[in-house]
Amino acid sequence: MVNAAPPLRWQTATIEKIVPQTPRVSSFFLKLSEPFTTKAGQHVDVRLTAPDGYQAQRGYSMAQAPESGPDRIELCIEELEGGEVSPFFHMVAAAGDEIELRGPLGGHFIWRIDDPGPILLIGGGSGIVPLMSMARHRAASGVPVPMAMLYSARNWSEVIFRDELLELNGKRDGFDCVFTLTRDVEKRDGVHARRIDSAMVMETLMRLPALPAHVYICGSNAFVGAASGAVMAAGVAEGAIRTERYGG
Amino acid sequence: MATRGFFGRQQDPALANRIPPGQALTKDFPVLSAGPTPRIETVQWKFTLKIGPKPVKVWGWDQFHELPQTKLTRDIHCVTTWSKLDTAWQGVLIDDILADAGVEPPTGYTLAHSYDGYSTNVPTADLIAGKAMIATLYEGKPLPPDHGGPARLLVPHLYFWKSAKWVNALQFTEKDELGFWELRGYHAYGDPWREQRYTGDP
Repeated sequence: MVNAAPPLRWQTATIEKIVPQTPRVSSFFLKLSEPFTTKAGQHVDVRLTAPDGYQAQRGYSMAQAPESGPDRIELCIEELEGGEVSPFFHMVAAAGDEIELRGPLGGHFIWRIDDPGPILLIGGGSGIVPLMSMARHRAASGVPVPMAMLYSARNWSEVIFRDELLELNGKRDGFDCVFTLTRDVEKRDGVHARRIDSAMVMETLMRLPALPAHVYICGSNAFVGAASGAVMAAGVAEGAIRTERYGG
Repeated sequence: MATRGFFGRQQDPALANRIPPGQALTKDFPVLSAGPTPRIETVQWKFTLKIGPKPVKVWGWDQFHELPQTKLTRDIHCVTTWSKLDTAWQGVLIDDILADAGVEPPTGYTLAHSYDGYSTNVPTADLIAGKAMIATLYEGKPLPPDHGGPARLLVPHLYFWKSAKWVNALQFTEKDELGFWELRGYHAYGDPWREQRYTGDP
């Protein structure tokens, strides 16, 4: 076998605080016992162990910018009905608890500030998490690469990182976030109220000075399928699109 | 280290020897891929067997279906921790492809290639002796594009990223050449029972 790299070890991380983001999503801020540096878009594997030795593992994207330092990470976890790991985080886990994780993982769905731009990010629901890391990375690094984000959520109260995204939008420094709400009853100015489609993607692309060099799409399989179809219909080459699909 | 307050889901003891460590059963069929789903019409579909850079034989869709058809029902295991039991496939065993091309495996290493530029390395020994196929039917129906249709490699005993979707070539290589995910941090072999998920896992 050609494995030259050292194994990624499991480490213990401590939950420092839990911050509810939406009714079904909370951020879990973890302090690492073995610090690591990350790239925007990467994830970690989390492992829970029952008293009888049974273990469950899941991968979770990190939301923090690489600039936030090597000691702490932010996982943003949605409670999935009938799940095994996410209900533990939402109903049992508390500040001070220790969990096992390893990372950083992922060498494809990542964005580096010196990659060519412009950049288009498209997220559905909790698919925003790795994209948020990219948006924060851009803001923290001060690199002026044009970046547009299209974020689809069910309604306004389920928009994760809403206030921060609005604040980033308000800087008008080349980051531009467009929202669409698929089940909201209230119409909002400048916010779409339908599922993602080619016209919406085209309108978002118009906010960029040129076609994006890289597109990152993250969400459910159906969402990623629809969004990548719309992006290709808007004239972006298939090879420019990277996807990450959540759940089944 | 036991996790405070975590007891895990009750596992059916009858299934204990079918679920590798760290895996959870799923009933649906999750879709994972690095990019958009390619749409390949069967009239354009071609499958090439190569030794190094040299094509040995090329099959079109109809020619490929003249090869012996085999059904395999197997459990599959994704590195993202889902396992699915008793998935039913039909296609052409790699053994039958080699026989039709009239070649004995010339090297111990194989790279599978896909229409979307994806590749993955599998030891030749893991592809032959009835262990692997190019699958075109899933549960008796044409394989949907999201799951790799019209044809995917099926190597059920390794993590499922080895079962390359939208496959269009198998290439024998002199050395073990890493594929797409293997170059991006995933294990070169990927045995679910040994939890060979990432580079460096034993």
